[in-house]
Amino acid sequence: MPSRSLPMFPQTAKKALTNSQLRRNLRKATTTIRDKRAAVVSELPDWEALRAAGSTIKAHVMRHLDDYLLQLEASVQRAGGQVHWARDASEANRIITKIVQDTGADRVVKVKSLTTDEIHLNQALTKAGIRAIETDLAELIIQLAGEPSSHILVPAIHKNRAEIRDLFRQTIAQGQDLTDDPKQLAAAARHYLREQFLSAQVAISGANFAIAETGTICVVESEGNGRMCITLPQTLITVMGIEKILPAFQDLAVFLQLLPRSSTGERMNPYTSLWTGVTPGDGPQAFHLVLLDNGRTRVLADEVGRQALHCIRCSACLNICPVYARVGGHAYSSVYPGPIGAILTPQLLGIERAKTLPYASSLCGACYEVCPVKINIPEVLLHLRGEVTRHASPLNPEALAMRELAYIFARQQRYERAQRLARRGQGIFVRQGVINHLPGMLSGWTAARDLSPVPKQSFRDWWRARQKEGQP
Amino acid sequence: MRVALFITCFNDTFFPHVGIATTQLLERLGLSVDFPIAQTCCGQMHFNTGYQRESIPLVQHFVEVFRDSEVIVAPSASCVGMVRELYPRAAAISGDKALIEDVEQLIPRVYELSEFLVKRLGVTDVGAYYPHRVTYHPTCHSLRVLHVGDAPLQLLRAVKGIDLVELPNARECCGFGGTFAIKNADTSLAMLSDKMRCVLDTSAEVLCAADTSCLMHIGGGLHRQRAGVATVHLAEILARTESEVA
Repeated sequence: MPSRSLPMFPQTAKKALTNSQLRRNLRKATTTIRDKRAAVVSELPDWEALRAAGSTIKAHVMRHLDDYLLQLEASVQRAGGQVHWARDASEANRIITKIVQDTGADRVVKVKSLTTDEIHLNQALTKAGIRAIETDLAELIIQLAGEPSSHILVPAIHKNRAEIRDLFRQTIAQGQDLTDDPKQLAAAARHYLREQFLSAQVAISGANFAIAETGTICVVESEGNGRMCITLPQTLITVMGIEKILPAFQDLAVFLQLLPRSSTGERMNPYTSLWTGVTPGDGPQAFHLVLLDNGRTRVLADEVGRQALHCIRCSACLNICPVYARVGGHAYSSVYPGPIGAILTPQLLGIERAKTLPYASSLCGACYEVCPVKINIPEVLLHLRGEVTRHASPLNPEALAMRELAYIFARQQRYERAQRLARRGQGIFVRQGVINHLPGMLSGWTAARDLSPVPKQSFRDWWRARQKEGQP
Repeated sequence: MRVALFITCFNDTFFPHVGIATTQLLERLGLSVDFPIAQTCCGQMHFNTGYQRESIPLVQHFVEVFRDSEVIVAPSASCVGMVRELYPRAAAISGDKALIEDVEQLIPRVYELSEFLVKRLGVTDVGAYYPHRVTYHPTCHSLRVLHVGDAPLQLLRAVKGIDLVELPNARECCGFGGTFAIKNADTSLAMLSDKMRCVLDTSAEVLCAADTSCLMHIGGGLHRQRAGVATVHLAEILARTESEVA
């Protein structure tokens, strides 16, 4: 992965905000999913207990991750699978490319591709002459469009069906008479994908959960394309972040309730696939599990920030986020957008490479409220903002202003003098009783908002006057 | 009961009338109001912008000022949220054991105005009169940090003469977020424009909230558009009585 900084969020957001089609698509999609989620969550009387259980299990796994990883490795090997350890993206890509090359295949089908997007696997495979075909419908759409994902769960959330119809007619359904009817669009994709499934020798998947006790991998999905990926080809490679472990099979009872209700707003997702190593004569005859670190152990070392690793990628925080719902996923310049991306990306990449992301939130707290594993996203955002200011030059204007204000506010006399100065100094900005233009950093405010001037009498002035008059 | 008023630097400087209304309201309810005049700023802006170490002297100052107060009441959900939610973390960052203990002692005595009235005093009808069409915006920190629930609405519903109309999509953030409105001015504006549309859809003449910061944000936008909707703090509505208006 390139080690340069990500683009600045305020700028990428500004660009996204001008896209009226995007704004409309996002508003429609996020409000629909929000409402569905709220409805199915309110059905469960023990939802808060489930959240608490999810959070406790994840915290426990993080505390004993070293043990559980070794247990998972042993369980997978016992079941006939092979386990590979990858420190970073390039190591993971090398391992996966080698496995594919050893089979002699020049084409792979993929499902649950988020983690492989994080390591830019498709580009690495292309370089090695291997074609990767995304089989999740939304993943396929953005792959055909040559665009990055804009949502964890619905990567093509930024596209509407008219745009998808145009895209299909240029790519997989050339010369076909295709309307924007969702049924027709799905049929076109199905026709194309069936050919791929039936001829693929190798599949690459992500993982929702991995059970340390049994070595079982779990993938949940809506379309059944994932199930074809993990059953039809002879070789299956699963790439997962090391944080996806659950200790025991019974833990799925908690997470398979939390995940679908939080993500798609369904009581249960349509396809839940579980497999354990290799079964002779049935399904893939070679199974490889690639365990990816890529910055995760560094996140684990941070006492406040490590809760970001509890994430089960449900994307409820994206759908509820008032910032995400307006700027969309691309503004975050990462495969992990929205509130979870704002706390995960800076930690995975290093704070100095994503300094604006912890500020991409109004701290409204809606994300924390819906998170199925109770990740306190506002807490981590503030923690990371603290990291940003610690790494910034102490001489930058904001730091100077903040330190000066802290000095002034720490004493009553200095604070009251500053109040008087503000009242006198504002004169040049007040026009007809209103401030409608401020310079420098503050111009962002007055670009579209008026400001009332500081009144002549502060509250404490009023209070003092009243005391003098001898009122209570 | 003797109430120490935590006015907040923001109200003290920019919205003194909210402090005056709070004082009048509490005194009308038979409480004795005290204003510890050494109070300054709670440090929220510093803490939330990432200057957590810089906020520690402000936390220490606050704790000192309100050390002997029986109950502390503020007409601001967000500043009370700072004290309740973030002072323990500021104290932890300072590593100062005495401060950690002081903050622990302080927190149970600090209330936002509506939760103080409804949850502590058990009052919903404060005898107010406000003959206007009003819509209420529940601010994020009152909802999701303080969990005041419908306490402000209970108070508003009991106001004589009020025409209270529901704000569509009320729970969504207005886009203020402190320095967010400046650092991410464009995104903040996009959120503000949707909030203003919801406010205008109610045909209310008054937008009410429990935080002047959010009101300054939404009101600043409405004023720029000459929308003809006034922004009024909850305390101002509750302080108004029939005799005063007549």
